[in-house]
Amino acid sequence: MSEFPKSAKCVVIGAGIVGNCLVGHLAKLGWTNMVQIDKGPLPNPGGSTGHASNFIFPTDHNKEMALLTLASQKQYIEMGMNNTCGGIEVARNPERLEEFNRRMTSAKSWGIDAKLLSPAEVKELVPFINEKIVLGGFYTPSVSCVDSLQTGTLMREGAVKSGNLSVFANTEVLDLEVENGTIKAVVTNKGRIEAEYVVVACGVWSPRIAKMAGANIPLTPAVHQMADVGPIDILQKSNAEVAYPIVRDMDTFCYERQTAGSMEVGSYAHRAIFMHPDDIPSNEASALSPTELPLTQDDFDPQMEQAIELMDMLGDAEIKYAINGLLSLTPDAMPVLGETVEVKNLWSAAAVWIKEGPGIAQLVAEWMTYGYPHLCDPHSSDISRFYAHEKTEHHIYARCDEHFNKTYGIVHPREQWGTQRNMRRSPFYPREEAAGATFFDARGWERPQWFASNEKLVTKFASVCEPRPHEWDARWWSPISNAEHLQMRESVGMVDLTAFNEFDFTGPGTMNFLQHMCVNNVDVPVGRSVYTPLLTPGGGFRGDLTIMRLGAEHFRVITGAFDGGRDNYWFKRHMPQDGSVIFTDMSSALCTIGVWGPNAEKTMAKATQNINAEGKLVPFDVSQKNFPYGSVREVLIDGVPATMFRISYVGENGWEVYTKMEHGLRLWDSIAKAGEEFGIIPVGMGVYAVTGRIEKGYRLMGAELESEYNPVEAGLNRAKVKSADFIGKAAYMKARDEKPCAIMCTLEMIDNTSKAGIKRYPTGGNEPILTKTGERIVDAKGRVSRVTTAGAAPSLGKYLLLAYLTPEHAVEGNELRVMYMNELYPVRVARVGSQPLFDPTDARMKS
Amino acid sequence: MNILVCVKRVPAPGARINITSDGQQVDTAFLGFTVSPHEECAVEQAVQLIEKHGGDVTVLTLGPTEAEEQLRTAVSTGATKAVLVPIDTTDWDPQRTAQAIAKVIGELEATNGKYDLVLFGNESADSCGYQVGVRAALKLGRPIVNGAKGLDIENGVAVIRRESDAGVEIYKLKMPACVGVKEGINLPRYPTMKGRLASKKVEITQSTASGEIGGLKLITLKRPPERASNTKILGNGPEAASAVVDLLEELGVFK
Amino acid sequence: MTVLAVVEHDRGTITDASLGVLTAARNLAKQMGAKFEALTIGANADALSEVISKYGATTVHQAHNAMLTDFGPEAWGESIAQVVRKTSPQVVISSGTERGHEIIAQAAARLDLPAAMNCLEFDKDFNGTQPLKVVRARWGGSLMEETEIDAPIKLVTLANHIVEGAEEPTSSTIAVFEVDLDDSVKQTFVQDRVERVAGVTLATSPVVVSGGRGVGSAEAFAPLEELAGLLNGVVGCSRAVTNNGWRNHTDQVGQTGTRIAPDIYIACGISGAIQHWVGAMASKNILAINIDAQANIVTKAGYAVIGDLHVVVPAISAEIRKRHPK
Repeated sequence: MSEFPKSAKCVVIGAGIVGNCLVGHLAKLGWTNMVQIDKGPLPNPGGSTGHASNFIFPTDHNKEMALLTLASQKQYIEMGMNNTCGGIEVARNPERLEEFNRRMTSAKSWGIDAKLLSPAEVKELVPFINEKIVLGGFYTPSVSCVDSLQTGTLMREGAVKSGNLSVFANTEVLDLEVENGTIKAVVTNKGRIEAEYVVVACGVWSPRIAKMAGANIPLTPAVHQMADVGPIDILQKSNAEVAYPIVRDMDTFCYERQTAGSMEVGSYAHRAIFMHPDDIPSNEASALSPTELPLTQDDFDPQMEQAIELMDMLGDAEIKYAINGLLSLTPDAMPVLGETVEVKNLWSAAAVWIKEGPGIAQLVAEWMTYGYPHLCDPHSSDISRFYAHEKTEHHIYARCDEHFNKTYGIVHPREQWGTQRNMRRSPFYPREEAAGATFFDARGWERPQWFASNEKLVTKFASVCEPRPHEWDARWWSPISNAEHLQMRESVGMVDLTAFNEFDFTGPGTMNFLQHMCVNNVDVPVGRSVYTPLLTPGGGFRGDLTIMRLGAEHFRVITGAFDGGRDNYWFKRHMPQDGSVIFTDMSSALCTIGVWGPNAEKTMAKATQNINAEGKLVPFDVSQKNFPYGSVREVLIDGVPATMFRISYVGENGWEVYTKMEHGLRLWDSIAKAGEEFGIIPVGMGVYAVTGRIEKGYRLMGAELESEYNPVEAGLNRAKVKSADFIGKAAYMKARDEKPCAIMCTLEMIDNTSKAGIKRYPTGGNEPILTKTGERIVDAKGRVSRVTTAGAAPSLGKYLLLAYLTPEHAVEGNELRVMYMNELYPVRVARVGSQPLFDPTDARMKS
Repeated sequence: MNILVCVKRVPAPGARINITSDGQQVDTAFLGFTVSPHEECAVEQAVQLIEKHGGDVTVLTLGPTEAEEQLRTAVSTGATKAVLVPIDTTDWDPQRTAQAIAKVIGELEATNGKYDLVLFGNESADSCGYQVGVRAALKLGRPIVNGAKGLDIENGVAVIRRESDAGVEIYKLKMPACVGVKEGINLPRYPTMKGRLASKKVEITQSTASGEIGGLKLITLKRPPERASNTKILGNGPEAASAVVDLLEELGVFK
Repeated sequence: MTVLAVVEHDRGTITDASLGVLTAARNLAKQMGAKFEALTIGANADALSEVISKYGATTVHQAHNAMLTDFGPEAWGESIAQVVRKTSPQVVISSGTERGHEIIAQAAARLDLPAAMNCLEFDKDFNGTQPLKVVRARWGGSLMEETEIDAPIKLVTLANHIVEGAEEPTSSTIAVFEVDLDDSVKQTFVQDRVERVAGVTLATSPVVVSGGRGVGSAEAFAPLEELAGLLNGVVGCSRAVTNNGWRNHTDQVGQTGTRIAPDIYIACGISGAIQHWVGAMASKNILAINIDAQANIVTKAGYAVIGDLHVVVPAISAEIRKRHPK
């Protein structure tokens, strides 16, 4: 056995599917001098990989997860570890059949062959199923079983053979040393090893290991029950590891998967059972393995009854192996990937399941190599997405408990969390509550989506406030949003934007630093602002935000609730370490009201004062002339010091008004009072984030703006490029020289009447944009055209969709199709590029 | 025929058995529990016997109330009745256990008639006392033979096969009789799903445990010293064959 | 004061375990300053007195009864009980074997005394007057317990392979004891036998080639059979193998299988779970053949080959054939 090394370029902790594939991918990307350790023996060190059910159902509504799963399946195929058996999701309830239509739609988006089956067709493929209780099936022929242990072994051994990796099993991590915020060394029972990079790929143990360095990987080990029953005659006679399609009994949250002569029955139906990472038994003390715990039979009994109901033969088969298997759950059911926010060069590759393991390993390897992944945007897996309250056990347990039984659930794209609510409230909350707000959760913030107090406006604008006839389309939606939209465009509305994040940067190095971070020139006069993307080194979108210049060396970054954590990390990670830039997170210090509409100027003119040159309190001139679009002013509103920023995300004249949290309620009341005579109403996020935005074609980070796309494709490139260097500049310059192979477009639905004769409203969940003949549109870089945002345009009387199209299809007037719930609807390209459909010259914002 | 099988609930440990800090028990925080293996085989043998000859198999356990789980497991593999003799610790000493079991069996027999066979495990997997069955049999006034690797009924007589270095010994006991069963007598079946669901419905009779404390007193549990070994690696793969044969020659295997 | 060793024998043939028992009993008697006496059961064992005297017993009690022609656990237990009642020893010790445990249990039940099986150590300060503290094996040896035997007469069995027999000859006095046995114990005598065909058994073979889960199937044991044949040994297996139905339980080495102590134990594709280890740990030499250098058995074995048993085992057989053609 080789000597335990004293130093390495990179230490990967963990030899499950992720750690093994990661060392393989890193070696392929040119990493040398790597060490991989695991506290357990090889090839099965006793983590979740060792008892995984190892099957892949590729269809997912989430783009990131679908792409990672498909990339993984591709790798399993390339290594000869993919055994295609097909898979059928079966429905017992009518709602599930509807969901299958949605799954057909997602399958179409990702190019996955799938079809709907009648009960008789299900029976043909799975002769032992009780088709009488089945209403139908969603069949995916490419569903496969994989050998995750062998795949991992091949990847690991490949890295060893290349001479770039040494592996040490039975090696337990005792401590992680950190120096100046950077990982320094891994201390193990075999010795101490200094490392430039350390990756925590420890599955259910990840939080425990990260904690040694003071970092937080928010996940919890949780139980997934499974039992192996057999032998079963018909399965034995098949003489194959898996001859019959895997059946997912979706409405009982259960699956049946053949393993040679037996059937594995797995469940996501039982109560959520969590375990603390510190409490997981050691390899030695475990009867089977640390992650194969004794079955708590009572939890599994109801599932057995349902399984027997579906496949009677299971009843007489012997239960040969049954466990409470541990797997990783995170508060939002997505993986936890990337450099930890607390410790530089300490990476997390955790909360990963077999189906996406190799793809995620590739993604993390690319991320570590290139500064950002190429495979796809890790937007919703990025470890830096979490806010402080989301990393607590309280939050993890509550949210995991809530979503565990939704593993096979039907989850609406606008679905709201029920737990951990009222975590963050703006100062306006009492007024909003009194106005009958329906609150949506925005990363802990309670944000009004619409107000019951505006219901009367639905009658006023009846023609464009039709109710949606289909419950699915109407879920988590109200026609009041359309009414609020029109009232705002007619008069004035006020919007609670407190969930914004505000990052203040001060100090002599700030200008250079922000120039380095941002695409657009931030060297604007004090009192002006700049809108700018942030790019990845590869030139894709990493952020999208606005910066106000408040002083010569004082800038304030404004970014949204859903990207605050990621942006916070990205800025801090690149900040000079010499103290020349000081970062202050003002997000919890400031509250914000948006005031917009034709009467916004009148309202604010009435409310706003300032102190003139003579030191007298006088009404403040809020006219465009004195206070032009994009500028920032310090004012007093009813005596409250406030910062007004003339800007709009809804296409109306108006401001974002900032003040300290404690002044918030008074600010709200003052503006409401000033606007009363002009018909001011509170307006919800249904307008701000959807209808107002889509009418203006404004792009949103995480929807239209992702690292796969660049500013040229998104239509956000400016005429000139600043001279200063910035992250992603070279790639950006290259993109500007090339003809884009995809262009962001606004499409309008021509007819949204379904075959059943009712109006349908796509929710904007990656529905594919297809040619008139129903073919997928895939660009030269392999990216598929799909709906990134969908929403009503009440002022235009249309229903709009945003999507990237290839140049041949990105022609205004061109007719295409959108698939929604497995039906095709005609759509027309209404706008190519970023010019808004509503008020194309932005006259309303600037007059 | 009517058969009673005495079973014990024991933890299912891994490669290392951890001990609670007071040294009195095995730390079972993350362990499952099972029917002690010899007794698992005794249940299987009893079930096979009634499958052949008809009758009932009653399982009895003296243990914590959680041992109900093991009774239900036994029922899910074919036992028909279950008796729990609850005690408030995990274990009683062998003398006390045997006394209590014999008393409960007497009570059960007073209403149900005598059991043709009372089966015990040869020894429990955890405490390895090798004596509860013998003591209980004596109290019941019935013959007992341990180490049974075969048990059949021939002409109304229990025929027991037992292995020894010299071969197989055969014992023949008139019933009612007791037998200590050893693993290997059969390959016990696993519960089926239907068996498991049915076992949830079986009624578990409770009997009261009583017995005087015996003369064995546990002071503390401890782990045996680790056997330190400096493994000599003779080689990798088939190339090591020569070194292996060198070693065998050195050990005198070919003399 | 007396320490009484109950000598296990089969129709007059003494077992190896009994030699350890005699030695341990002598040592304990010395420590206590007590007499060391032995008991044989059945006239067919009278000749053993000669062996026993080599181990230093000053008196050999010979229990006689016409019934005592073969082994019968109840008759043997009753015989011990009667001798104990008569001689009132402080300690009664027999072997930690199937029979040893059973006859001590029988005697203890009849005397209504506690009994501690599989003792590994006796309290060094024990002088015969106080309760006896022992360390005994639980969980088949993977755990130990310190226990106190609080009784005027302490009945124990000595764990097998713990004390090697060591002679210390003396001249023994023979004391014949006529046991009073009634018919109640008659039916538990051995009624019939199937003698083992000549040859080594798993328990006695000096070479055991054993296979575990890593072997993969019943058929894949053929190369192990071949190697065992070349070494005049037998094939054993782990519990995983019997559970999979690849081999009979009679081949199982382990806590609930057979405990063995061969000259060499060749463990192929066995991970070395504790249940298996306790059955094999008394082996004089252990050679592990395993693909995983970190496997439990590899770290505990004296010798190891890292590699796939399916390749390594045939290579060893080929090498043997080359060097030792038959």
